[in-house]
Amino acid sequence: MTAYIVRRLLATIPVMAVVALFVFLLLHLTPGDPAAVIAGDDASPADVEAIRRKLGLDLAIWQQFIIYVGNLLRGDLGTSIFSNLPVLTLVKQRLEPSLVLAVSTLVIAIALAVPMGVLAAWKARSWIDRVVMGFSVLGFAVPVFLIGYLLIYVFAIELRWLPVQGYRPLSQGIDQTARSILLPAIALSMVYMALIARMTRASMLEVLSEDYIRTAHSKGVSTIVVLLRHALKNAAVPIVTVIGIGLTLLISGVVITETVFNIPGLGRLTVDAILKRDYPIIQGLIILFAGAKVLVNLLIDISYVFFDPRIRY
Amino acid sequence: MLTRAKNPRLWLATAILAAAGSIGAPGALAQQKEKVLRAAMHADVRTVDPFWTTQTIAAIHGLMVYDTLFSSDINLDPKPQMVDTWTVSPDRKVYTFKLRDGLKFHDGTAVTSKDVVASMNRWGKRDGAGKQLMGYTKSLTAKDAKTFEWALTEPYGLLIDILAKTGTSIPFVMREKEALVDAFTQIQEVVGSGPFMFKRDEWVPGSKTVYVKFKDYAPRKEPASGHAGGKVVKVDRVEFIWLSDTQTAQSALVAGEIDYLENPAIDFLPILKKTPGVKLESHPAMGTMGILQLNHLHPPFNNVKARQAMLYLINNADYLNTIAADESLQTLCFSFFGCGVSMETDAGSEPYKGAKNLARAEQLFKEAGYKGEPITILQATDHQYITPANLVMIQQLRKASFLKLDVQAMDWGSVVSRRAKKEAPAQGGWNIFITGTTVVTSSSPITHTSIGMGCDKAWFGWPCDKRFEDLRQEWAFAPDLAARKKLAVELSKRAYDQVPYISFAQWRNPVAFRSDRLTGVQTMPSVPPMWNIDKK
Repeated sequence: MTAYIVRRLLATIPVMAVVALFVFLLLHLTPGDPAAVIAGDDASPADVEAIRRKLGLDLAIWQQFIIYVGNLLRGDLGTSIFSNLPVLTLVKQRLEPSLVLAVSTLVIAIALAVPMGVLAAWKARSWIDRVVMGFSVLGFAVPVFLIGYLLIYVFAIELRWLPVQGYRPLSQGIDQTARSILLPAIALSMVYMALIARMTRASMLEVLSEDYIRTAHSKGVSTIVVLLRHALKNAAVPIVTVIGIGLTLLISGVVITETVFNIPGLGRLTVDAILKRDYPIIQGLIILFAGAKVLVNLLIDISYVFFDPRIRY
Repeated sequence: MLTRAKNPRLWLATAILAAAGSIGAPGALAQQKEKVLRAAMHADVRTVDPFWTTQTIAAIHGLMVYDTLFSSDINLDPKPQMVDTWTVSPDRKVYTFKLRDGLKFHDGTAVTSKDVVASMNRWGKRDGAGKQLMGYTKSLTAKDAKTFEWALTEPYGLLIDILAKTGTSIPFVMREKEALVDAFTQIQEVVGSGPFMFKRDEWVPGSKTVYVKFKDYAPRKEPASGHAGGKVVKVDRVEFIWLSDTQTAQSALVAGEIDYLENPAIDFLPILKKTPGVKLESHPAMGTMGILQLNHLHPPFNNVKARQAMLYLINNADYLNTIAADESLQTLCFSFFGCGVSMETDAGSEPYKGAKNLARAEQLFKEAGYKGEPITILQATDHQYITPANLVMIQQLRKASFLKLDVQAMDWGSVVSRRAKKEAPAQGGWNIFITGTTVVTSSSPITHTSIGMGCDKAWFGWPCDKRFEDLRQEWAFAPDLAARKKLAVELSKRAYDQVPYISFAQWRNPVAFRSDRLTGVQTMPSVPPMWNIDKK
């Protein structure tokens, strides 16, 4: 197992190198000029050119790439062209809201979707199954911003129970954080609930048709034990995979929810940086997201061992 | 008697109570006492150096933190701010200024003439009007700690007006240390002498910018008026909250989570008008003007007849009805210098004002040598008003079947990059893009960057006309308002003859605020002041 983990971690080095090269080229070969955005609308073309020179954006692409890689090897992700703040500082500012939103969303989604999926599989083709699957279709089909605006209208504007927008950090108290994150987490969890519920149902249906489940039933094991201990554990591998992928997606790209509820997370940081062509932030974030993805995938793979003893590394 | 040592449940209850009590207890108490003005502005403060960029949000940030020598009052007339007294030599070439007492930077050091001189030199390297002023500057010297002298080579009449300018690139006074930083390099420290102090440790770019009251600020004795008069700060803290989603922003104002919304989306104004405790206000000179920019370097618009032909195709009112459907916000304006301001004039606008005339436009395009080459339009698809304006323009131009349009959709970031390219459209250049400017910036031919026709030195599109530039110079030297108005008429006629760009629509975006909580809110074009506002 240790050798496997070390091998996997070493394999991330070429992956990250390719990601770094690809992101750099993609950014510098697509149209867009941070100097023009910085200078603003009233700036003269000469001023834009002067800013471009100051920022080193007039250098040849290969020169800029060497500087970028050199900084990266020293662990320096760069400095925002606009705010002059280190990319790591900006990431640290945004990490907590993103993680809290991701974890809250997954907790809500898993807590509701796994039982829903199990129930749907157990009562396959019954009205319960149809209700769960109907909910899943809705979860996929209704855009998250629409759910967000509806939640804001009902719970923040009409009932005044929860705030419209903003994130309260954990340092202000967990109750404040929970109040600020509840609506976005519910809005965002809809699609993940749909995904996890469908995956759980499909996986459970496959397992429930296995011989050992029939044997367990004939031995007189209670339904709840059969479902949770015998079936769900064996159906867990694809469910865990989906949850793991969901976690990385949630950390890196929930820009619409973050925008609607004004959560200062990493998704908004990424999109704002792309719109402003703040190259160091985009490059730094993609490197970090790629690293997070590799790590989460590794953790998912390791977790398979606990769910399925037949898997060995 | 029960003790905690004997009863674990009591321990638990005590711990929960202690935890509940500790949840921000001192902070919560402080919050109650502290007056916090929460404002959602039109953009996020991303750069803290107001000279480094011409973005309006940088000017708003600058006005919080820095002070100015002169300021515009509510009527946009210049008034002294940091300056106490000043004299002008009989030949109108030497101005001697004396700073008022009690001016301090946020680090406690006194503001001196050296700081002023260094600041003006840095600003004069970036701002268009500043560059022109510096072009007529013979010397700018500190005579003593509070006195400085501005000597001009010519009796340039706009010195005080430019020092009091609002809009973008306002001439703020920094410490000499920051003012000596190269004008194209962003400063690191934000230490001004304005009424608010910037809280760098609480700054989250893309989310929140925090300012606190500068307790040692010495306001002028006169009542606040626009950016002029006494900047009396009545709240302890101002938070600029960046709400990029316009729907969320208006919901936050309705729910009372923010107190002030600088730029509510026009679509939501009817909701805000009906909301109890919310008020909408605007300044007469507040507003935006559309610019349909033509590229003068390449065919067909390198020929004046093709540019004139566009005046017969573009219908001003269509843009207004699309961008600002509420008629109370619209001004059907044909003045390059904006409407509702002292330089307003529509002289020479007859082809534009009259009925649209496709046949005349086609004739002019033919005379310009147009043979159906593609006209490359940079269509921004992600901008609040530029996107709908683009759609209106494309629809209008499609009615002219003799034109071949090459519409290239892209984000605004790509447009600002592409518009700087001087190459032919087929080689990555362009023919038309749409942008906008503020009425207050357009109101002076000097600060109105995009109307300049200085060829290579002109704004994107690079219009070139010596006669127009001469008239601009004459305007800058005009002795009084009457003479300037007369010259504005000549400038307008020349502009309609040469068509540097086509100005479309003028519309106002009022500010919205919680009138049930705030008093003393003042409206100013582009850069709203945050002092004088009190919160219940």
